[in-house]
Amino acid sequence: MIAPKKLFKRDVVQNTADVPRRAFVRNALRGYEAKRDENKAKFLDWQSARDVASEIKFEGINHLDKYLKQFAQNAEARGTKVFFASTAAQARDYIVNLAREKNVKSIIKSKTMTSEEIHLNDALEKEGFGVVESDLGEFIQQLRKEPPYHFVFPCMHLKRDEISSLFHDKLGSEPTNSPEELTMIARRFLRQKYIQADMGISGANFLVAETGMISITENEGNARLTTSLPKIHVAIVGIEKVLPKLEDLALFLPMLGTAGCGQELTGYNTQIGGPRQPGETDGPEEFHIVLLDNNRTALLADAEQRDALHCIRCGACLNVCPVFKNVGGHTYGTTYAGPIGSVITPHLRGLQDWKHLSGASSLCGACSEACPVKIDIHHHLLQNRRNAAAEKPVWWEKALWIGFAFLMRRPFLYYLMTKAAPFGQFFHPLIKATALDPFLAWTHSRECPASATTTFKDYWKQHKKQKDAASV
Amino acid sequence: MSATTTDSRESIFARIREALTNPATPHHRAVHPENVAPESTLKQWLPAVGSTLDEQIALFAENCVALKAEFKACSSLDEAVAHINQLAADNQWTKIATHHSELTDAVASKLSTAIYHADETYDKLVLETCNAGLTGCEALVSQTGSVCITPHASGGRSLSILPPHHIVIARRSQIVADLPATYALIKERYSASGYPSFISFSTGPSRTGDIERILVLGAHGPKRLTVLLIP
Repeated sequence: MIAPKKLFKRDVVQNTADVPRRAFVRNALRGYEAKRDENKAKFLDWQSARDVASEIKFEGINHLDKYLKQFAQNAEARGTKVFFASTAAQARDYIVNLAREKNVKSIIKSKTMTSEEIHLNDALEKEGFGVVESDLGEFIQQLRKEPPYHFVFPCMHLKRDEISSLFHDKLGSEPTNSPEELTMIARRFLRQKYIQADMGISGANFLVAETGMISITENEGNARLTTSLPKIHVAIVGIEKVLPKLEDLALFLPMLGTAGCGQELTGYNTQIGGPRQPGETDGPEEFHIVLLDNNRTALLADAEQRDALHCIRCGACLNVCPVFKNVGGHTYGTTYAGPIGSVITPHLRGLQDWKHLSGASSLCGACSEACPVKIDIHHHLLQNRRNAAAEKPVWWEKALWIGFAFLMRRPFLYYLMTKAAPFGQFFHPLIKATALDPFLAWTHSRECPASATTTFKDYWKQHKKQKDAASV
Repeated sequence: MSATTTDSRESIFARIREALTNPATPHHRAVHPENVAPESTLKQWLPAVGSTLDEQIALFAENCVALKAEFKACSSLDEAVAHINQLAADNQWTKIATHHSELTDAVASKLSTAIYHADETYDKLVLETCNAGLTGCEALVSQTGSVCITPHASGGRSLSILPPHHIVIARRSQIVADLPATYALIKERYSASGYPSFISFSTGPSRTGDIERILVLGAHGPKRLTVLLIP
């Protein structure tokens, strides 16, 4: 296996060179930006709404034990089965075993990043269960055997002709360049899958502690079908998704829609509080909720970065990030891409293996500004860098600083070096951007600024001499 | 419960409690404490809604236009029936699915199209072939142009999502100003007797922007949504 950092560097070089794709992604985000700003302006006070949202999340996360307990009690009281999974493997096993026990034949899924995190589809397919993604973007990505590019817009990097030829190859449909016709091809194909499926798997955007309900935000209606038709519904959710009260949704649903998609409210916002209840016409006979830790408690233990658990996965920070826009979603090599992914992945999957993501940031702060729950994202990137260096110092960086300090404390040596620099630079073109170049990391893609031919000390001496001469 | 997989409830709670012994860094808190004072309400920050019923109906209608949903304020039940009959004739409908309720029964009895009652023991294969689903609603949310749906007010979970056209029939009195007021209403109605297993806000017809961020209606759910308001 190639180390994540090596893979990242390789993909950065490859993907930033794809200038037309970068332009396409930026262009795709332009419509979102306009709608987001339009809907933000509809709020009487968006900035205060962010404060309130962050405060509600603060309450939930900092009393997570209390609210999770309340959630589980309320959900179980209505006949919901709540399963707590410490690890990805436990969550997978529970769902695979359930499918086996219930003799499940076909499974339909609505979009869930948590299932991407635990690689649920692979586990189910390995056991012989057919799984179909129903969110249009996820369906396209599944056909391409590729993870989602963005956690709200899974196939935003694809052009319509690429999707058309994919559908032609995999589904045998006629080529078309109409997004509407492509959507209808998927609709017709997936309709039958909903009807046949005996298990539906969804995620959830929120867990409402007060009522034991999950809340799902979507636009297409695929999550509604997934949670209505099959006789078993399984929701897989991270433990950090709690909201204390039902009415908190009145704030979070429009904020998620606005920040995530530029919509005041997305097409369907659904709260599910159990399997079919007595007196109800339909709904699943069984409803299971798998609550996943998978190192979220490790992030919770970091008092400095705990607010990263406030994240509602709206993707607003990705959409404004200059790094994301240039390297693209797949380059990160993680389930959660973009600025928030760079913050949390080192906690979820190991600091030393994933610290490079925190380095790949301009620290411009656009992410923190865009975040609807005010996570201090760009400072957390700095903290990850600091923590990584403290935990495992890099010897050559240390040596470099020792050398630098040595030089800076000896004015004569420093003076000599500044005098020597222009000479060195004169000969630099001979080795520039070759393996011999000591500044290769910089010069292979950038110009080196020319060093001044006169040092400041010499300049000052000269200047003073002239001034003295003039005043005489 | 699956016998072969052990639940980690206790160990997760132990880790959470251990993690929370360290208080969070103060900067995680909101910077304007007055925003979260007990007397503050969500209404203060959310999009504005007029206070009179007429203003709220006008805003709901405006939102429907933006959402590409159809809204019609009818002067009587008969006008609503005529509108549905017209839709059925224009689109050559053969079957409309609905559920039993005072309002939907009154409408369905006057429709000229065949009716399929998706109650109790309905067949999802038949429901899938219906041209439209006619339902009542819990409330209409003026602020967002949403239709609030529950099993008590709108039939089963599938009725409002499976047929390609969703028709909602509601009384003027069912208009609610905003989302906080809607959740307050739901709490008032159900917190004592038990919440329905399903509460959903339909905001416009089913939509997607997954292909090149271009809006397409009718991704999986209804391609069209019609809301008929009667006195």
